[in-house]
Amino acid sequence: MEAVLDSASSDETPGLGRSRLLKVAVPAIMLGLTLLAWEVYVRVNAVPPYILPAPSLVAQTLVKDWGTLYPALLVTLRITFSALILALIGGTVLAVLLVQSKWVELALYPYAVILQVTPIVAIAPLILVYVSSTQAAIMICAFLVAFFPILSNMVQGLKSVDHNLLNLYDLYGASRWQQLRLLKLPAALPYFMTGLKIGGGLSLIAAVVAEFAAGSAGAGSGLAFRLLEAQYRLNIPRLFAALVLLSATGVAIFALTSVVAWLSLRRWHESALAREN
Amino acid sequence: MKQAVSSGNPDGAEPAPVAASPRSVVSLRDVTKRFSNGTLALSRMTMDIRKGEFVSLLGPSGCGKSTALRIIAGLGRPSQGMVDWPASRIGRDGRPDADIGFVFQEPTLMPWKPVFDNAFLPLRLKGMGKGEARDRVMAALETVGLKDFAKAYPRELSGGMRMRVSIARALVTDPKLLLMDEPFGALDEITRQKLNDDVLRLWSEKDLTVVFVTHSVFEAAYLSSRIAVMGARPGRVVADMMLPRPEGREKDEGFRVSETYGDLCRSVSQALVSAMYAPAGEGA
Ligand SMILES: Nc1ncnc2c1ncn2[C@@H]1O[C@H](COP(=O)(O)OP(=O)(O)O)[C@@H](O)[C@H]1O
Ligand SMILES: [Mg+2]
Repeated sequence: MEAVLDSASSDETPGLGRSRLLKVAVPAIMLGLTLLAWEVYVRVNAVPPYILPAPSLVAQTLVKDWGTLYPALLVTLRITFSALILALIGGTVLAVLLVQSKWVELALYPYAVILQVTPIVAIAPLILVYVSSTQAAIMICAFLVAFFPILSNMVQGLKSVDHNLLNLYDLYGASRWQQLRLLKLPAALPYFMTGLKIGGGLSLIAAVVAEFAAGSAGAGSGLAFRLLEAQYRLNIPRLFAALVLLSATGVAIFALTSVVAWLSLRRWHESALAREN
Repeated sequence: MKQAVSSGNPDGAEPAPVAASPRSVVSLRDVTKRFSNGTLALSRMTMDIRKGEFVSLLGPSGCGKSTALRIIAGLGRPSQGMVDWPASRIGRDGRPDADIGFVFQEPTLMPWKPVFDNAFLPLRLKGMGKGEARDRVMAALETVGLKDFAKAYPRELSGGMRMRVSIARALVTDPKLLLMDEPFGALDEITRQKLNDDVLRLWSEKDLTVVFVTHSVFEAAYLSSRIAVMGARPGRVVADMMLPRPEGREKDEGFRVSETYGDLCRSVSQALVSAMYAPAGEGA
């Protein structure tokens, strides 16, 4: 089988190096051109910075205000990732419980759906009342939002195991635990990864939205608060700088979750395999 | 020792016990299966599978072949009647000790596991460690010619090779009874003939008893020492033919074009045709 794998990787044609370069170069050049057009537009028309700051000014602000923005970034990251991790654990555990018994599913599923369909901004004030720590409240909001897609994907995944594989496990007298660990969980992995990708993006969005709703000030506030604060003070370059950091965080989460999904599925799942004919 | 694996007649009107031949590995007694949606898949099917037989269940699609095979494997319970294992002890879970190997129509492999782990699964589920099982798993892979592919993933194999993994997995526990549900239906003719030869070789080498489901007259005629022709609506055995034992055919390259084989196919075909137009059994 070494031969099988080797032939798969040594099949790369010399042209592949170039196409990989293009893959990086094309979007990079495009991005550069966009920024350049923006810069030129602002300078030629002398647009005031409180309307639209030039990219160079945004970059300068990012450096100058790093002392304010960086702690805020850390707060947002911490909230986002703890919410995501809790949602991954909670979603998986609840999904396992739901598929163990029809009764548990009937009893609990409605709550999961209600939590999902209720807009998070509407629950946020209530959570802020109940939970004294603002950061904890924001984290709960982010958790609630990320939780459902992970749960529903996992339920779907645990249920879509090949029936004949289930028969096979029955034939050899597998215990429920063996069936879960050796069959259902691995079979659900692609679904888990879908949940991870969706949940990762949503937990950042929810962390920002919930912080808008909280609107609290102080040392412990995240990027969303800094963004609002910059708006009040009409410090538009700083608003843009905060926005750049938020986008960068979103992109990083997307890249990270995609890489994790690819690494864990690359040996066997269609979604992670290059099509080769 | 005789013991009912299952009997589902609610009002206790058990069918009259018919003594199973002592050489039976498994015997079906008036097995009826009605699914919850009302489909009557099997109606009073009675059949003895004797040790060392190669029995083919031959019949049109939907006549209950797979249902019968699953009931033999203990994967579904008969609505009425019973499945008897005269030669096996019955385990605590109500299943016979007789190890059963099952090969499904699809290879039914776990795509996230390499070939070795797939073939190792039955032993693993019985609590055996990987090191302990290594020799047995490799031996099973060797009998199907896949020793060199132990580390490959199923997606890296051809359809025929995947089916061989599935067969190796079924053989790894050294079963006495091998159940195969249209295992080669999805393969091309050449691969199918090769695998038919493999199955015949394993059958005589390992002293197996095989129940083989197929809808191909040619396959059934080539492989079987006995063919049970099944009819549909409701599913039942309409003809039970004993054939010359197929030992050694896999080594005889001329057999597939021989007159003997032609005659065999013809008579099986005729039996199938008359079975198809036979009136429904009185059990319906
Ligand atoms: N799980 C099931 N629920 C309801 N009907 C079923 C089920 N499985 C099979 N059947 C029906 O029982 C009949 C026999 O099916 P099957 O044993 O699969 O036939 P075969 O394997 O001979 O093609 C068919 O009519 C099929 O539709
Ligand atoms: Mg079938």
